[in-house]
Amino acid sequence: MLRVDTLRLAPLPSLTFQVADGECLTVEGASGSGKTRLLRAIADLDPVEGLIFLDGAERHEITGPQWRARVRYVAAESGWWSDTPRGTFPRDAVDAERLERQLANVGLTPEHLDRDIGHLSTGERARLAFVRALQGEPKVLLLDEPTAALDPASAALVEEQIRFQLYAGRIVVLATHDVGLSQRVSHTRLMLPKPRAATLQPTGGPA
Amino acid sequence: MTYVSLTPFDLALAALLLILTSGLSLAFRLGLERSIATSALRMCVQLGVVGFLLKLVFESGSPLATAGFALMMLGATAYEVASRQERRFQGLASYLIGGAAPFLAGLIATVFAVTAIIGSEPWWSPRFLLPILGMMIGNALAGVTLVLDTITSAATREKSAIEGRLALGATRWDALQDVLRRGLRTGLTPILSAMAVAGVVSLPGMMTGQILAGADPVEAMKYQIMIMFLIAGATGVAVVLAGLISVVLLTDERHRLRLDRLVPVNKPDA
Repeated sequence: MLRVDTLRLAPLPSLTFQVADGECLTVEGASGSGKTRLLRAIADLDPVEGLIFLDGAERHEITGPQWRARVRYVAAESGWWSDTPRGTFPRDAVDAERLERQLANVGLTPEHLDRDIGHLSTGERARLAFVRALQGEPKVLLLDEPTAALDPASAALVEEQIRFQLYAGRIVVLATHDVGLSQRVSHTRLMLPKPRAATLQPTGGPA
Repeated sequence: MTYVSLTPFDLALAALLLILTSGLSLAFRLGLERSIATSALRMCVQLGVVGFLLKLVFESGSPLATAGFALMMLGATAYEVASRQERRFQGLASYLIGGAAPFLAGLIATVFAVTAIIGSEPWWSPRFLLPILGMMIGNALAGVTLVLDTITSAATREKSAIEGRLALGATRWDALQDVLRRGLRTGLTPILSAMAVAGVVSLPGMMTGQILAGADPVEAMKYQIMIMFLIAGATGVAVVLAGLISVVLLTDERHRLRLDRLVPVNKPDA
């Protein structure tokens, strides 16, 4: 169970919610409404006020790296720090067969792991980053626009894998603009208000 | 060989070359006459003040005056490093690293040199301590400037890669290891090339000075080799210190990347 308690992300009102094991919360809202900031805050990648519990333990009870090993954030724009994707996958104790299966599930092959990062398409990189985030059995997946860069067929594969992760008892928090995806996979939907809607000032005339 | 003392007239003669440069600037409309004049004037004033100050410190032979002069160098170093950055750490951190890293490293190398190698009496004798300290700090400063610049710009540019690693549970040291390594390598490059070309491309300034002052070239060479080793040591220590401190400052205790602690600085026209 993931529980977020009075999280302060200005200018949003403080956020309190919980997501049970095997359930998916989707976060919707216009660009700039704070979807990414919310996911980053849950992953403890930005300093934010508020409490976040995973299975009863608050994030500050363990170190940042320990927390993020369990609560995985997958950015919309994947990060690469090696010439090939393989260099960015954990080297120790990788079950090659399992990894191959996970890659096949999203329409990739182990051969993709040894291609030059620059020669991979945005969609291939996004799917590789998704598979990379599954390594090490995280409890929570925080997915930022996981299908935005994908063609419909690949998007359907990734969506199926998200569902599979939920069956396996993982918690998924998914930020997306895709209302259809949100309706299909979510158990709960969180709508973030338009940025600054509350602070619009009358200009005293047509602009 | 004897030392030839320069008269003010000799200096004025040398300044003629500066007038030639200004003339060129006028001829080609470079608009640099003013800068040439002010830079030259600044140099004369700075060197003049330092020369007389050093004379006072040497004559007083007081450890307090020596320490005071060293502290003045510390302040200038801190300012110099911080002002050369494209991105600076918030608050006083840039000044602290910029001053502390070169100064500490320089001080260690210098104290080692005057006690264990030169054996001057007393060890803090300003005639040995201050010029060596100056050379150490000057070189370490160049290295530290490069380290800070490389690390802060690389961390900014490679934010998504670094945060990608952090998001997978890497510690700040793992996530920033490539950036740190690149920074240290860059910081050590100048002293390595200086050692490689010493004597071939350029006669090092100190050796030139000693030879002009009438020293035997072989003796001057020995001093220069010692100085090069000391500089390499001091730069190494300073560069590593600055690199480690910047990794700590760029992240926090939760192992988050904190680029918000950097503020962009408008580089002054060099």
